[in-house]
Amino acid sequence: MAQIQIKNVAKNFGSFTALHSIDLTIADQEFMVLLGASGCGKTTLLRIIAGLETPSQGEVWIGDRRVDHLPPRERGIAMVFQNYAVFPHLTVFENIAFGLRMAKMNQEEVAKRVNRCAEMMHIEQLLERYSGQLSGGQRQRVAVARALAMEPDVILMDEPLSNLDALLRMEMRAELKGILAESNTTTIYVTHDQVEAMSMADRISVMHQGRIVQAASPIEVYRDPAARFVGSFIGNPPMNFLHATKKSNGRYSVAEREFDGPKDGPEKVEFAIRPEDLQPAEAGLDASVQVVEPLGPHQLLTCEVAGQPFRAVVESDLSFKTGDSVSFAPMAERIRWFDPESTKAL
Amino acid sequence: MSTATVKTDFRKKSRYLLMATTLMLCAWILVPIYLLVVNTLSTQEEVSSFPKAFIPSFNMENIMFFLQFQGVAFALLNSVLVAGMTMILSIGIGAPAGYALSRFEFKGKGAFRVLVLITRAFPLPLLALPLAVMFIRTGLDDTVFGLALVHTTLALPFAVLITFSLFSGIPIELEEAAWTLGCTRVQAFIKVIMPLVLPGIAASAIFAFVISWNEVFAAAVLTIQNKTLTAFLIQSLDESPLHLKFAGGLVLVIPALIFIFAVRKYLFAMWGIANR
Repeated sequence: MAQIQIKNVAKNFGSFTALHSIDLTIADQEFMVLLGASGCGKTTLLRIIAGLETPSQGEVWIGDRRVDHLPPRERGIAMVFQNYAVFPHLTVFENIAFGLRMAKMNQEEVAKRVNRCAEMMHIEQLLERYSGQLSGGQRQRVAVARALAMEPDVILMDEPLSNLDALLRMEMRAELKGILAESNTTTIYVTHDQVEAMSMADRISVMHQGRIVQAASPIEVYRDPAARFVGSFIGNPPMNFLHATKKSNGRYSVAEREFDGPKDGPEKVEFAIRPEDLQPAEAGLDASVQVVEPLGPHQLLTCEVAGQPFRAVVESDLSFKTGDSVSFAPMAERIRWFDPESTKAL
Repeated sequence: MSTATVKTDFRKKSRYLLMATTLMLCAWILVPIYLLVVNTLSTQEEVSSFPKAFIPSFNMENIMFFLQFQGVAFALLNSVLVAGMTMILSIGIGAPAGYALSRFEFKGKGAFRVLVLITRAFPLPLLALPLAVMFIRTGLDDTVFGLALVHTTLALPFAVLITFSLFSGIPIELEEAAWTLGCTRVQAFIKVIMPLVLPGIAASAIFAFVISWNEVFAAAVLTIQNKTLTAFLIQSLDESPLHLKFAGGLVLVIPALIFIFAVRKYLFAMWGIANR
C-alpha cells in the first residue's frame, strides 16, 4: 500500500520560489505524470519525493509514514534518472544487483531477481557488459531493471525517455507502460512531452510556474482544461482562443457570430476550441487561410479570424490554398470558455 | 590511382608519422636515462673518454661505491618516507577539499579556490627562514615529518584542484542513484565514487610524490641529520668526480621510475576499455 500524499509542500532556492504550496494525493498503484515546460518545478517536486531535495515547508507521506525527514534509502522508492546513471565501473548484472546487495540479500535470491528483471527488460544477453559498451536505449533498460529489481513501493522517473531517439521512445513508451502496470507499484513520471503524458498516465498533473494547474485524467485534461494555460500547452496544435463579448445573459459574440456561453459570466471572456473540433461550413467563424501544411492523414490550416491567430485541422482531401476565405463551424459541445482575468475555465 | 590506393597510401603515411612521433617522444625520455645508466655502469676512465661504448662495461664499482658512501642509504630512506608522507597527507587533505568544492555550495567558495592557489605565489626561499625558526621552536626541525609538512603545502594546491576536477567530472546522479538504492552518503562515496576516481587520485598522488621527491631547497634548509637524497646529493656530490655524480643521478631517478611503473595501470585505466 503506497499512497503518496504531498501536503502544502513549497521550495525556495534563495529568493526564487520553485514550488508554491503543492497539495497532491497519488493513489496506490496509480501512474501519475507530472507534465510541464522546463523550469515549472516538476523535477524539483519529484526530487523532494525522492529525498534528494528538502522541502522548504510541508509534508510528504508515502503509505502511512511521513518521509520528508528521511534519507532516500529509507523511503521505499527507486528512481530512474534522465541520464540513466548506470554505474560505469560495474557490469550490467552488478548494476541491477546493486540495491539488492546493499539490502544484504543472499546470492541466490540476487541472481534470481536480476535475471527476472533482465528478462523483463530484454537485456539478459548484456549482463556481463559495462555501461560503456551499451547504447543509450540499452542503458535506459538497465536503469529501469535496476529500479524494478528493488521491488519498490514507488518508482520515480525523471524524463526517462527524453534522451532516446523518436522511434525508440515510442517503443519504450508502450513497453514501460505494460511493465509498470504489471509491477503493481505507484509510479510518478516527470516529462515535458505531452504525448508521453497522454499515452501513459492514469492521471496527469499539469504544472506551471511552481503550481499544479490541473490534476486529472488525460482525456479530461485534454477536453476540459481547468485553465487557459492547460489548453494552450496540451494538444498539438494547441487550443484556439478568441476574444468574446457579452450580448445578453448566456449569449456571447465571437468574431461577429453568436454562441451560447456561460450563464452569469463577465463582460469579456475567451472562447476556446480545439483545431480538430472545427468543420468547414456555410456559416461559421470567417477565416482567411495563411499557411496550408499537409500532414498526411489531415492538413493543418493556419488562419486569421477577426485579426487573431487561429488553426484548424481538416481532412486532407479538401483543397485549400493561401488567401482562401473559409468558414468554420465549431462543434457546440466542444466549445470552452475562459475568464481572461483569472485565466480559469468558466 | 584509384581512391582506394590513395586512401591506403594516406593511411600508411599517417602511420609512419605516428610511429616517428612516438619514437621521438620515447627518445626524449629514454636517451638521458640511457646515458645516465651507461655512465654509471662504466669505469672512471670510460666516463671521461670519447667515443663512448654503446654497451657499458657493467662496472659496478661506481654504484657500489656510491651506495656504500656514508649516509646514502639513510638519505634514500628519508626521501621515500618524506615523499610517501607528502603523498598521503596531500591526498588525505586535498581529496576531501576537492570533493567539498565540487559537491557543495558554501560561502567563500570562490575565494577558497583562489586562496588555495595563492599559497604557490610565495617563493619557498622567502618562507624557508621563518619556517626554519618556527620548526626549531616547535621541535619539528630536522624531522622527516616536518619536511613532509612543507612538501605537503607545496603539493596540496595541485591535489585540491586535480581532485576537484575529478569529482566534478562524475555526474552527481551516480551518487544520487546510489542513495536511492540504499546507500548512505559515505557508502555511496566508497562504492561508486571511489572506484571511478581512483585512477585520477593515483595520478595526483604520484604528482605529490614526485614534487616531494624532487624538492631540494626546503629539504636542504630544514634538515641537517635527516637529509633527503636530493639535499644530500646537492651537498655531498658537488665536489665529487663526474662518475659518482652519474651514479647519484641514477639512484635519484630509479625509485621514481619504479613507483610510476607500479601504479601505471591507474594512469592508463579507462573504464570500458579495461586495464590493458
